Amino acid sequence: MTLEPGLYHILFISTALFFTGVYGFFTRRNLITMLMSIELILNSVNLNFIAFNKYVWPGQLDGLFFTVFIIAIAAAEAAVAIAIIINLYRSHQSIDVDNAEELKY
Amino acid sequence: MSGSTILFYLLGAMTLCCGLLAVTTRQIFRAAIYLLFSLIGIAGIYFWLQYEFIAAVQIVVYVGGIVVLIIFSIFLTQQAGEKLPKQKLGRKIFSALAVFCAFALTMLQVYRHEFSIAPSNTPVTVRDIGQKMLSTEQGGYALPFEIISILLLAAMVGCIVIALRSKPETK
Repeated sequence: MTLEPGLYHILFISTALFFTGVYGFFTRRNLITMLMSIELILNSVNLNFIAFNKYVWPGQLDGLFFTVFIIAIAAAEAAVAIAIIINLYRSHQSIDVDNAEELKY
Repeated sequence: MSGSTILFYLLGAMTLCCGLLAVTTRQIFRAAIYLLFSLIGIAGIYFWLQYEFIAAVQIVVYVGGIVVLIIFSIFLTQQAGEKLPKQKLGRKIFSALAVFCAFALTMLQVYRHEFSIAPSNTPVTVRDIGQKMLSTEQGGYALPFEIISILLLAAMVGCIVIALRSKPETK
């Protein structure tokens, strides 16, 4: 291990960020904060793709495209999730997962 | 220690600290703001890696889009100034333990593995990205691009359908 930042340092950051998101997903009981944890997890995956693209396959662009597509999918997913959350809030007056046990009505 | 190294460590520390605060703070609005700074830190790391296009996309889509969406939904669903309820200590401890063990295991595997690091300094230009994204040849990304467009359209229609206020008498 050297002090000069390289692939392993970025992998450390992305792994730590991933498990931070997992911790938030385990402990939070509010749907919006769980969505934030999912965003953290997706971002750590993006960071991983970019780091591997930069250091292991520098001539290629595939990791970069995966990142672009993951960002697009994350945006779509966040929009759908927030629509569902607002709909849930209208019918239950709460966005706590413990209060949202039934899936219909 | 050069300025670039110091900048990298600063960005990494900002990303990790803000990410950790985003999942532990009990005020949901602050959690959204910490998430915002964590995402900006990641965009900074992309800049540091000289992937300027991805950094710009990250800032535009995440910071400008998703976090604003999350903040709006917080305004729509939370009472102002209300804290999130406290979690059980046991759940916190076991989650932290599980997460820490998994983290240690993953990092152990990562450090054990020797990646074949190829040195290069060829910058990625936006022209390359655009040509590769719309090329229909072997290794081009035209088909995934179209599929993502359809997915975004479907998600948009789905959001409108879900969020439409259904009339109670037609239920």
